[in-house]
Amino acid sequence: MGKIKMTASVVSQEALTSDVFSMWIQAEEIASQAKPGQFISVYTKDQSKLLPRPISLCEIDRENGRLRIVYRTVGAGTKEFATYQAGDEIEILGPLGNGFPTDSTKKAFLIGGGIGIPPMLELAKTLKGERQMVLGYRDVLFLNQEFEPYGSVYLAAEDGSAGTKGNVLDAIREQGLDAEVIYACGPTPMLRAIKAYAQENGIECWLSLEERMACGVGACLACVCKSKEVDDHSHVHNKRICKDGPVFPAQEVEL
Amino acid sequence: MNTKVTIAGVELKNPVMTASGTFGSGEEYSEFVDLSRLGAVVTKGVANVPWPGNPTPRITEVYGGMLNAIGLQNPGVDVFAKRDIPFLKKYDTKIVVNVCGKTTEDYLEVVERLADESVDLLEINISCPNVKEGGIAFGQDPKAVEAITKAVKAKAKQPVIMKLSPNVTDITVMAKAAEAGGADALSLINTLTGMKIDINRRTFALANKTGGMSGPAVKPVAVRMVYQTAQAVKIPIIGMGGIATAEDALEFIMAGATAVSVGTANFFNPYATVQIAEGIENFMKQHGVEDIHELIGCVK
Repeated sequence: MGKIKMTASVVSQEALTSDVFSMWIQAEEIASQAKPGQFISVYTKDQSKLLPRPISLCEIDRENGRLRIVYRTVGAGTKEFATYQAGDEIEILGPLGNGFPTDSTKKAFLIGGGIGIPPMLELAKTLKGERQMVLGYRDVLFLNQEFEPYGSVYLAAEDGSAGTKGNVLDAIREQGLDAEVIYACGPTPMLRAIKAYAQENGIECWLSLEERMACGVGACLACVCKSKEVDDHSHVHNKRICKDGPVFPAQEVEL
Repeated sequence: MNTKVTIAGVELKNPVMTASGTFGSGEEYSEFVDLSRLGAVVTKGVANVPWPGNPTPRITEVYGGMLNAIGLQNPGVDVFAKRDIPFLKKYDTKIVVNVCGKTTEDYLEVVERLADESVDLLEINISCPNVKEGGIAFGQDPKAVEAITKAVKAKAKQPVIMKLSPNVTDITVMAKAAEAGGADALSLINTLTGMKIDINRRTFALANKTGGMSGPAVKPVAVRMVYQTAQAVKIPIIGMGGIATAEDALEFIMAGATAVSVGTANFFNPYATVQIAEGIENFMKQHGVEDIHELIGCVK
């Protein structure tokens, strides 16, 4: 069917921490075709804010036509989203982006950092091979227990309150873990370190990137990242995160 | 009922066009709207060679609008002619190519390269606020506006639209200069130069420091400039700046615009262009308007 902008209704809203919220949305047309690692654009009701907020899909319930987003309230837009209650209508656009490849059955690391953790949940549910989830937090944990049915879960917290004190790579090293493929989403410094780790160890690696977006569909060229080679579409060293990504083979992008 | 308008001898089925830079070359939005329903598609600016554009962040939101500093990233005219023109040819719409450059020679190279391509109109961008050379440097001095218009007109096979900047004291001076240089039409307004500070990071919200403001918040400024320009020149005007609805488009048309371009609205409503074309028709039906020319410049 393809991308669609539609009015969806909120099924439920729950606070996971003081600033991380989980919202289920009824949106058959998008849920029926969405894949792990894709995202939706969510529009505010406040008309003074024009641009949609791109938010990754945390879970896709195709049977019931529902999407789950788990997001952090960072600005006025996401704070507005957190006020929505069951039955409220919201405008969304999706499914957007390419998503993670899901064919491989190789032993995998699914690495999420902070608000990069949510998209790893649908991926964890979809992959078939051995899955090791490595989740990095600043302090307060969220979603970690929901990963447990799909494999082993390793935690890292910067404040030392859970798992390994430090970051996701500290946890991998402390636990002596290894994998044949890495899927990761999180802050750029984390992705940069993971890219280097994958390169040193010769591991296949897929990174989900983030940038300020306007159109979300590849037209405006706001959300570009640097590419190693001249890109086929742009003919310069730029790739569009919203359209060519957000998931890229690590060796193709410069972070 | 007639919704057709003519710009420099090129007939558009309706007055709705896209604003350069917001619509790529149409492909991305063809998933949402039938491009054949539009009067014309105006492409993202294209230069003689590929341009990488500015560092990110390239956009930020402001009250009722946004700032962008994309920096005219484009794949260059050769790729554009090979890939994007054939794509647009599949649709029953007019093709307007926006041309950018750093020097007069850059502009002329693109114009000459497009001479034998199936392009209906050229829109010359002398008003981009986000590149250091070229762009706005040509658009803020009437002598430079007239000179580049003349130079482009001497080489162009297609009719020439000059796209004007609002970042000037008196836009009618630039409009008259373009007309004197032989421009076939004018488009206005390009974005208004703005700035946003990220107070938490104590830095600029955009990597380029400044960016071009667009969106509904700029509309009154744009309508005023279209009106003033319509009083000052005889050539047709394509009006743009914050158009999000048919009502917005009609304001520009009544102020003197022969056609309108929809830009930032595509980002919050990918169906905006066709909805505006339909909304104009509905308005005409409701108000017994037989011909859209009854509305163009009807407010004096």
